[in-house]
Amino acid sequence: MKRRRRFGHALYAAPALALIALFVYYPIVENIRLSLFKFSVFQPGTRYVGLENYRQALQDPVFWKALSNNVCYAAASVVFQVGAALVLAAVLEAVIGRRLRGVLRTVYFIPAAVSMTVAGLLFRFLYQPDAGLVNDALRAVGLDGAARDWLGETATSIWGVISMSQWQSFGYTTMLLTVAIQRIPRELYEAATVDGAGRVRTFFTVTVPMVREMTTLLVILTVSQAFLVFNEVMVMTGGGPSNSSQVLGTWLYASAFTGDDMGYAAAIGTVMFLLTFAAGILQLIHSRRKAVAV
Amino acid sequence: MTLTLRKPAPTPPAPASAGAPARRAPARPGTVLLRVLTYCALAALAVAVIYPLCWMALSGLKANAEIFSSPWDLPAHPRWGTYADAWNQGVLGYLLNSVLVTAASVVAVVLISAWAAYGLTRLDIPCSQPALLLVLGAMMLSPTVALVPLSQLLQALHIFNTYWALIVLYTAFKVPFTTFLIRAYLLGQPVEVEEAARIDGASRRQVFWRIVVPMARPILASAAVLQALFAWNEYAFALVFITDDRLKTLPVGLADLAGRLNSDWPMLFAGLTIAALPMIVVFLVAQRHFVRGLSEGIGK
Repeated sequence: MKRRRRFGHALYAAPALALIALFVYYPIVENIRLSLFKFSVFQPGTRYVGLENYRQALQDPVFWKALSNNVCYAAASVVFQVGAALVLAAVLEAVIGRRLRGVLRTVYFIPAAVSMTVAGLLFRFLYQPDAGLVNDALRAVGLDGAARDWLGETATSIWGVISMSQWQSFGYTTMLLTVAIQRIPRELYEAATVDGAGRVRTFFTVTVPMVREMTTLLVILTVSQAFLVFNEVMVMTGGGPSNSSQVLGTWLYASAFTGDDMGYAAAIGTVMFLLTFAAGILQLIHSRRKAVAV
Repeated sequence: MTLTLRKPAPTPPAPASAGAPARRAPARPGTVLLRVLTYCALAALAVAVIYPLCWMALSGLKANAEIFSSPWDLPAHPRWGTYADAWNQGVLGYLLNSVLVTAASVVAVVLISAWAAYGLTRLDIPCSQPALLLVLGAMMLSPTVALVPLSQLLQALHIFNTYWALIVLYTAFKVPFTTFLIRAYLLGQPVEVEEAARIDGASRRQVFWRIVVPMARPILASAAVLQALFAWNEYAFALVFITDDRLKTLPVGLADLAGRLNSDWPMLFAGLTIAALPMIVVFLVAQRHFVRGLSEGIGK
């Protein structure tokens, strides 16, 4: 009787577990298995090749280019979405009146509510070599030499994408950091003021240490997001010109669905999985440690 | 009194009285200047953030040549017809697909996660610890890395290139996070009301629907808003798993439209504006739930 009731209770968790097992865990495991094979959608049959796909990746210059683009992405995101956003959140909290502060925060967040696709297509026009607003603005302030075909040149394509994504996402992290700052006990600020600390001093001695939990977490999250980037690159450059803006996600897509090298794509997927999984483990350890501390 | 049973609140966040954090130092001339500069910088940033979006909406009202000849000016003769054309060019169809997929996945994810959270916090389930780990561990696994096996799986299930492909995946990949969110909320709520209802003879199902769901309404709303944002904007799955143009969602449809229209920029900008508006409105209306969901999810 009791066992039957407990079994009945399990039904509440069953749909969640079934969905997760089938669509999250199984594909990851299957992906690792597939990465050991060579196969194509057009030909039946698979050929076991061991670690050949991984060796192929190590020798593939586009793979390395993609990986280094992901690293640039991560670095820029940490600087802007954690560093600059923290300064911005602190300034908003310390200097601006309450009413206006809310308005500004909302304005900064709005791009995050717009989809990457919309933002990407819009910026594709803004970056246009002759009619785009970016070059127009540069010429207006006399920087004619700086104007260029941002997405069309191999040297700048990935940076064009990265800049757009910072524009889009910094409001999101600013919002989160604001919440963290608001949780800091006011007495600490009062004490700092009594001690005669200026705004900058207070920022480094009170705000930064007190929101370390949140910043650490955000660093882990933004880095792992940066290794999964797909949408904006796909929409803005498709990885071009000549693979200069390729990232792991788009290279996986190109390998699988245009290059028809499924096993290789699965291997790239496994590399991405390992990178983000490591970030996930860090996050887990971090939150576990915090849970103990509280 | 159930209130007294709750854990002693760690110093209730002082009601943010006006200007509390800004302990105003006596105004020296330097400070005033600094303050003015700060305001200017923040205003400039706000303009830089919002201007491209306004520009996009306005450019949808211009003639094509006008966008190139006078990009910074207001439209000389606003052409509202462009918006109607964009709508008919397929944006309406993509919009409906997005609404359908988003609505279905929001309902599914909230329901399934609420069940799971309730089961895992309040009920005595066999192997509940491993089950919990399985659910929460899935938060670490990211969607796009497994495109290859997922496309095989969807084909084997005969839902490749159907709405179901997206609904099921959007739900499955967000159930872990949403469950975590709701579970954290339930753990902070008293169980006495539920126990009292049980003693009065309510079934588990009644307790869930009549007590737990109404009690958790704020967090359910946050979860719904976050899921809507995710599903509305998702691109990779929609690109790979939907091949039929009639089933495409907005993000993919718009990218297609951009390729198809080639150089009809006003039409494209009108389409982009139509696509961007719903989520901006949802955000402005449900801001409270947004921020709450974001901060709860990221961890306090």
